[in-house]
Amino acid sequence: MLNDIKKQRLSEKEYDENFDEIHPPLNEHEAYVEGDRCYYCYDAPCIEACPTGINIPLFIRQITSKNPEGAAKTIFDENILGGMSARVCPTETLCEEACVRNTGEDRPVKIGLLQRYATDSLMNSSDHPYKRSEDNGKKVAIVGGGPAGLSCAHRLSMKGYSVTIFDSKSKLGGLNEYGIAAYKSLDNFAERETKFVLSLGGIDYKLNTTIGKDLSVDQIRKDFDAVFLGMGLTGVNSLLVDGEDNNGIDDAVRYIEDIRQAKDLGELPVGRKVIVIGGGMTAIDMAVQIKKLGSEDVTIVYRRGQKEMSASLVEQQNAQNNGVLIKHWSKPVRLITNDNSVCGVEFEYTSVKDGKLVGTGEKYKIDSDMVFRAIGQTFEDDADGLPTLGSGRISVDENYKTSISGIWAGGDCVNEGEDLTVSAVEAGKKAAESIHMELS
Amino acid sequence: MANLTSSFLGIKSPNPFWLASAPPTDKQYNVERAFKAGWGGVVWKTLGAEGPPIVNVQGPRYGAIHSNDRRLLGLNNIELITDRPLEINLKEIKEVKKKWPDRAMVVSLMVPCEEQCWIDILKRVEETEADGIELNFGCPHGMSERGMGSAVGQVPDYVEMVARWCKQNTRMPVIVKLTPNISDIRQPARAALKGGADAVSLINTISSIVGVDLDEMSPEPHTDGKGTSGGYCGPAVKPIALNMVAQLARDPEMKNLPISGIGGVTVWKDAAEFMALGAGNVQVCTAAMAYGFNIVQEMTTGLSNWMDSKGYTSVDQIIGKAVPNVTDWQYLNLNYVVKARIDQDSCIKCGRCHIVCEDTSHQAITNIVDGKRHFEVIDEECVGCNLCVSVCPVQDCITMEHISSGVDPRTKEEISKDYGNWTTHPNNPSKIPDAAE
Repeated sequence: MLNDIKKQRLSEKEYDENFDEIHPPLNEHEAYVEGDRCYYCYDAPCIEACPTGINIPLFIRQITSKNPEGAAKTIFDENILGGMSARVCPTETLCEEACVRNTGEDRPVKIGLLQRYATDSLMNSSDHPYKRSEDNGKKVAIVGGGPAGLSCAHRLSMKGYSVTIFDSKSKLGGLNEYGIAAYKSLDNFAERETKFVLSLGGIDYKLNTTIGKDLSVDQIRKDFDAVFLGMGLTGVNSLLVDGEDNNGIDDAVRYIEDIRQAKDLGELPVGRKVIVIGGGMTAIDMAVQIKKLGSEDVTIVYRRGQKEMSASLVEQQNAQNNGVLIKHWSKPVRLITNDNSVCGVEFEYTSVKDGKLVGTGEKYKIDSDMVFRAIGQTFEDDADGLPTLGSGRISVDENYKTSISGIWAGGDCVNEGEDLTVSAVEAGKKAAESIHMELS
Repeated sequence: MANLTSSFLGIKSPNPFWLASAPPTDKQYNVERAFKAGWGGVVWKTLGAEGPPIVNVQGPRYGAIHSNDRRLLGLNNIELITDRPLEINLKEIKEVKKKWPDRAMVVSLMVPCEEQCWIDILKRVEETEADGIELNFGCPHGMSERGMGSAVGQVPDYVEMVARWCKQNTRMPVIVKLTPNISDIRQPARAALKGGADAVSLINTISSIVGVDLDEMSPEPHTDGKGTSGGYCGPAVKPIALNMVAQLARDPEMKNLPISGIGGVTVWKDAAEFMALGAGNVQVCTAAMAYGFNIVQEMTTGLSNWMDSKGYTSVDQIIGKAVPNVTDWQYLNLNYVVKARIDQDSCIKCGRCHIVCEDTSHQAITNIVDGKRHFEVIDEECVGCNLCVSVCPVQDCITMEHISSGVDPRTKEEISKDYGNWTTHPNNPSKIPDAAE
């Protein structure tokens, strides 16, 4: 039996509908009404919960007093990628979880949507809101043009540094450009946001340049006064079962990249039955998007329980609302193949015994035309001269300094990383401040 | 079920909710719709003297203060008295009264300050068999520039004079409608009483500029780039109106002067408050202009249910019930100690009580206790000012507890059980000496 993998499963209209905005933006009136719900708490818990420490009550007050651009500036002061953060932050586990409205009525202020209202207002209508300080003659190299790198670059350029970003891809933006689910970043937002950041000036970039391959760590150290590493995680974990080299098995991050870069969603190959293995955001984004691309049965299989999934409950529910089945307490033991193609996966039920996850011995099979791995990414450390690693990622101190003097690092590639856009932005910003302290 | 029937100056109405003289009562069509909806009575929109009809601006007449979700908090208007021919108004008034005999029909009047003008209009109104008249001495815009409306209401002598002319020239009960745009509301009210008025109604609208259009650099609303002051009304003015009503109700000279309460009555509770402070009935305008006539159904059922729950059987039993408890500051009991209490179970930890107390009051509420976000009253500092209660977003989360005995942790003094006010306080340089001294 051949795998049922096809392009053009849906009509153009269906693709458009399925990949429309997941949370439509607030209009002006909705923003006033929602903003009015903010209590302007003292020492607000939402600020504490925001990895970038945005003064949320202030920006909401600026929205309700009809000063959306002032609101945007309050956001950008702490998070220059506030626009993307508004779209992709798991607010339900950050600011909105901390909102005191939860205590009174179980319904937080929609901080994420308000943040989007403010940042959209400014980005759609005004010039770049900041001016660079006079050029101070110092140069900083940034490796990786994702959220951490862009944030670091912007902060440094503001202070007068000349910044050069090196990125191995053909576009800047990192996971914002290649990794975020398509329905969270419509209308090329990642690209527009990158342009917005660069429009400050003082930031140069070289694409298709991989550190360790096209450029050595030593050379960069020689050519620049400081280096910030923000190259993220480029490796992926494998299932460690036999048959992973067959057709029909792929990495979720790679396929998601294809979705993001697709000019025509109908050109993507989609299996009738799909299995996604993993329990994080990548698994959810993969499963939901392939369902929206026309797959008939999509099953996420995770080796532990619902509570252990690193995807938030809201995201899990989003998957379920989109018709994705989530199965827990099962691990893959064997790929079932036919003529070099995957046609199913055999799973074994798991349970926790003496604090360890073990197979119960009981097994079952699920048919599938495509299988996606979404079981985590890894730091690729093949470049020579990298700083010391810890737990597989770059070790940094509280100022994002690495073991090598003159090299800072932040974002997903460091062992402090929370794998969130907003945390990467904060790391880039903090590292920039630390670089400035050191060089000035 | 409580009896809502009202008798104000002997004018009967099935409930104490009248529509005030204003756009909602400008013509038969509206008034009949109001009666169908259940309103107890109307004060017909102010009639002027015979002659060419009044001319209104053709630009906007209303401006408003809104909450962020566009709830109308305050309304401002520059509409003048009726701009329809006198003849038509009188004909319609007569028809409506005949058709709705159980409803109160009072006619608002505003003519120049000449006795003959009043004699003329009174005669015409009497023919309609209306129940009474209300003298519009309150309108603060437009007509006041022509020596009428609040221009009369602001001069007690004129109030007395015109009230007397009316009393001398009609059998109908005379209600004088007062302007709040005056420093002491008791002065024109006393003048009305002196002139023989049967009742007063208050408040009329408050002179106001509701906002400024910062693009046009012109007051709002504006006509052809210019704006003028208007009359402010709606929920925002209720506290001012309540105070003025209470001032009259407390005044010994005016003890028996009936009051029709006006100013921001929006729900039944507002009406009950006006009546508790001495109003015999209430008049409503802005709420109807914001939501339509059907709101009266909430008002009547709300008032009735509340009266039932308190055991009141007729509206007369509420009128003036709170007046004895309105007093001067100097008679407040200075030995009565309260402290704020925060119910930790309902506290949502917004911290507003803490920051307002810390920044603007008495530093009497914690924000961190044992390293945790926690809001608690520090009795040693709390003066019982009620600011925390006022800003707390959760109803009944912060309350004031009466401390009746022991030592006040703030003053370190024994709390006296006796009543003691400023007039006898040792710190008062002009205190009333003890008999023994």
